Amino acid sequence: MMTGAQILIESLKKEGVDLIFGYPGGVLLGVYDTLYDSDITHILPRHEQGGVHAAEGYARATGKVGVCFGTSGPGATNLVTGIANAHMDSIPMVVFTGQVATSLIGGDAFQEADIIGITRPIVKHSYMLTNVEETAAVIKEAFHIARTGRPGPVVIDLPKDVMAAKAKFEWPEKVNLTGYNPTVKGHLGQIKKMLRLLEGAKKPVIYMGGGVVLSEANEELVKFSEITGVPVVSSFLGLGGFPGTHENFVGWLGMHGNYASNMAVSDPDFILAIGTRFSDRSTGRLDGFAPNAKIAHIDVDPASISKNVQIEVPIVGDCKAVLKQALGEIDKFNWDKNASARKEWREQIKAWDKEHPFDYDRTADIIKPQYVVETIYKVTEGDAIICTEVGQNQMWAGQFYKFNRPHQFISSGGLGTMGYGFPAAIGAKLGCPDKEVFDIAGDGSILMNIQELTTAVQNKVAVKVAILNNRYLGMIRQWQNMFFNDRFSHCDLECQPDFVKLAEAFGAVGMRIDRKEDVENAVRESLKIKDRPVFMDFTVDRNENVFPMIPAGASVSEMLLMKK
Amino acid sequence: MMRHTISVLVENKFGVLSRISGLFSGRGYNIESLSVNRTTDEGVSIMTIVTIGDDRVVEQIIKQLRKLVNVIRVRNVSEMDHIEREMILVKVHATQRTRPDVFNIVSTFRGKTVDITNESVVIELTGANDKILAFLNVMEPYGIIEVVRTGAIAIGRGSKMTSEMK
Ligand SMILES: Cc1ncc(C[n+]2csc(CCOP(=O)(O)OP(=O)(O)O)c2C)c(N)n1
Ligand SMILES: [Mg+2]
Repeated sequence: MMTGAQILIESLKKEGVDLIFGYPGGVLLGVYDTLYDSDITHILPRHEQGGVHAAEGYARATGKVGVCFGTSGPGATNLVTGIANAHMDSIPMVVFTGQVATSLIGGDAFQEADIIGITRPIVKHSYMLTNVEETAAVIKEAFHIARTGRPGPVVIDLPKDVMAAKAKFEWPEKVNLTGYNPTVKGHLGQIKKMLRLLEGAKKPVIYMGGGVVLSEANEELVKFSEITGVPVVSSFLGLGGFPGTHENFVGWLGMHGNYASNMAVSDPDFILAIGTRFSDRSTGRLDGFAPNAKIAHIDVDPASISKNVQIEVPIVGDCKAVLKQALGEIDKFNWDKNASARKEWREQIKAWDKEHPFDYDRTADIIKPQYVVETIYKVTEGDAIICTEVGQNQMWAGQFYKFNRPHQFISSGGLGTMGYGFPAAIGAKLGCPDKEVFDIAGDGSILMNIQELTTAVQNKVAVKVAILNNRYLGMIRQWQNMFFNDRFSHCDLECQPDFVKLAEAFGAVGMRIDRKEDVENAVRESLKIKDRPVFMDFTVDRNENVFPMIPAGASVSEMLLMKK
Repeated sequence: MMRHTISVLVENKFGVLSRISGLFSGRGYNIESLSVNRTTDEGVSIMTIVTIGDDRVVEQIIKQLRKLVNVIRVRNVSEMDHIEREMILVKVHATQRTRPDVFNIVSTFRGKTVDITNESVVIELTGANDKILAFLNVMEPYGIIEVVRTGAIAIGRGSKMTSEMK
C-alpha cells in the first residue's frame, strides 16, 4: 500500500518526468515530504507564476510535458495566468494544485479556492481527485490528454486527505477515454483534393502556424515546399517550424509581420494552411484576407477549421502525419504544370520583400533596439533559443532573429503575458543545458517576474537577459503616439531600478551598455558566463516604433511602413 | 438564425454540466433551454440543448462540444427525423364563467387539468415547441398567472439510438 502522495510521485516517474517546478504550502506538505526522498529534480521558483511559466518554457524547448505544483488558495490562483498562457498557445502541461480536505470543500476553509471552477475556461481538461484509488489512472489520462491532439494544460486538484489516504499502486496499461480520441491521420480523399487544387494554382501560399512546431513537421514541410515550389509564410508562433533562412521562406504575417508575407496572403489563388488558427493578429481584417483564394486547412483541432475563415478543404489530422501522407501522393501530380507561373509568383514575393524588408536606421549613433537583436543573432550564429517578453521587444525579436528549427522561439503569442519570457527562459535552459538561451526583454516586462533571478542564481542557470531599455512601456507609447495624439498616458518608466546593481544584488552578473560599439562585445562576454544568469541593460532609442504595422481591424492595404 | 436542438451524450462526471454551460456563456452562444438526466447507463447522462444561431455558429458549438473530454457524442437532431417534446405547467385565471371555455381549449390541445380553485386552474400540457407556443397564445386573454416549462427533450425516430444516427 502507498499513500496518494507516493502514488503521485511514482506515476510521475512512470510518465518520465524528471523536472518539476513547484512551491509548497500547507495542504501539499504530504506531497513535499514524499518528494524529499524522490530523485525527480524539483526547482523552487520564487513565485508560482514564475514556476508555471518556467514549466511551459521547459515544455516548449524540449517538446515534453511541463509539470508544476502550487498549493491551495493563493498558490493555485497564482498559477492562473500561466495556465491561460499555455492554453492559448496549446502547450502540453500538467498542473497540480493543492486543495483542502474533501470534508472541508465548500465551507470556505483556510486557503480554499475553487481552482477547478476558476480555471475551467482555460484548461484542456481538469480533474478533482476524490478517490485515492484513481490517482494513477487520472495522472496517466492527464498526461495523455495534455500531449495528444491539440496539446494544452490539464489541471489536477489534489485534496489533502486523498494524498494521505492509502491504496495499491497500479499503473494502468493504457488510457480508456470514450469521449476523447483525436484524429491523427488525415482523410486521404481530402488530401488528394488539396493536392489537386494546389497543382492547378498559379499563386499558392503555405500559411503555417504553431501546430507545425508542436508536431515537429518541419522536415516534411521543407520537402513539401521544395517539391511543389510553394512559398511559405508563418504565423508569429510558427517561427522555427520552417527554416528562416530557406529560400522559400517569406517571413511572418500579421500586425508586425513583413510586407511580403502580408502581400502574399492578400491575393493568392490558393492557401494551404497548416496548424494555425487564423488569429486576428495574423489575418488582420478578414475581408481583406485572401478574398479570392480557395483554402485548404490541415489541423488536429476540428474546431479551428472554418472558425474564423471559411475553408474549402478541411483536413483533420496531425500536421506531421498528414504531410507525410501528402508526400506519399505527391508524385502522382504534375508540379511542372504551373512551374513558370509559380516562379513568377515567387519572384513577385521576393520583389515585395526587397521593396520593404524588416529594416531600421543602421546609421544611427545611438543603440537601436533592432541592432541588439541582430547582434545577438550574429554572435550566437542563429543557434540560440530565444524567449521574449511582450511588447516591442517581442516583435523585434521575431523580426531580427532567424529561426531554423522548431522549439527555438518561445514567446507568449495568444495571451501576450508580460513577465513570461524570463521564467520561460529559465525552464528552457534547464531543459536544454547545451543551448544558449536568451530572453529578449523590455524594461517593463522584466520587472513582472524579477524574483526569478534568485531561482536562476540558486540553480546556476546561465540564461542571458537582454533588456531593450527604452524607459517606456514601449508598445503602449507606440499606440499612444500613433493613435492617441501623443497623449502618453502612464507609459513612462523614467523611474526604474539600476538593473546592473539589481542583478548583482541577486548574485547574477549585470552589464550596462550605452554605446553602440559596445553591444557586440557585451553579447560575446555574456556567452563566457556559464554558471549564473546575466542581465544586459541596453540603453536603446526611446522613441523607436515597430514597423511595419497593420493597425488593429485594418487590412493589408492600410499597412504603415517605416519612413525611409 | 435557426432554432437547433442538440443532443449531447456525456460521461456522468464531476463538473460536466458546468463545462458545458460555461462553454456556451464563455463563447457567447445562446441557450434557449437545457435539460439533463441520467440514461439507462448510470455512468452516462444525456443533455438536450436548444440554441439559436446561424449554421456557422451551430457548427462551432457542435465542434466545441465534441472537444470536451467528457462529451461522448453530439448530434444535431434538428437535422434528422426526430420527435421533440416539452412539458409545461400553466396556472391560468378561470372563474365559473370562463372555466368551460378554458376546459374546451385544454381538451383540444390534449392537455390535462391538474388543479382547480375558484379563481384558477393548473394545466399540464406536453408537445413540441410550436404547439406549446400556440397554446400559451390562446390562453393569454384569460390571464396567465404562471408558467413553468421543462425545456425540450428530443429523440430520433427509428430503431437506432439517437447518438448512433446519421
Ligand atoms: C501582464 C500584462 N499587462 C499589460 C500588458 C499590456 N502591454 C502590452 S505591451 C506593454 C508594454 C511593455 O513594456 P516593455 O516590457 O518595456 O516592452 P517594450 O514595448 O518597451 O519593448 C504593455 C503594458 C500585457 N501585455 N501584459
Ligand atoms: Mg520598454
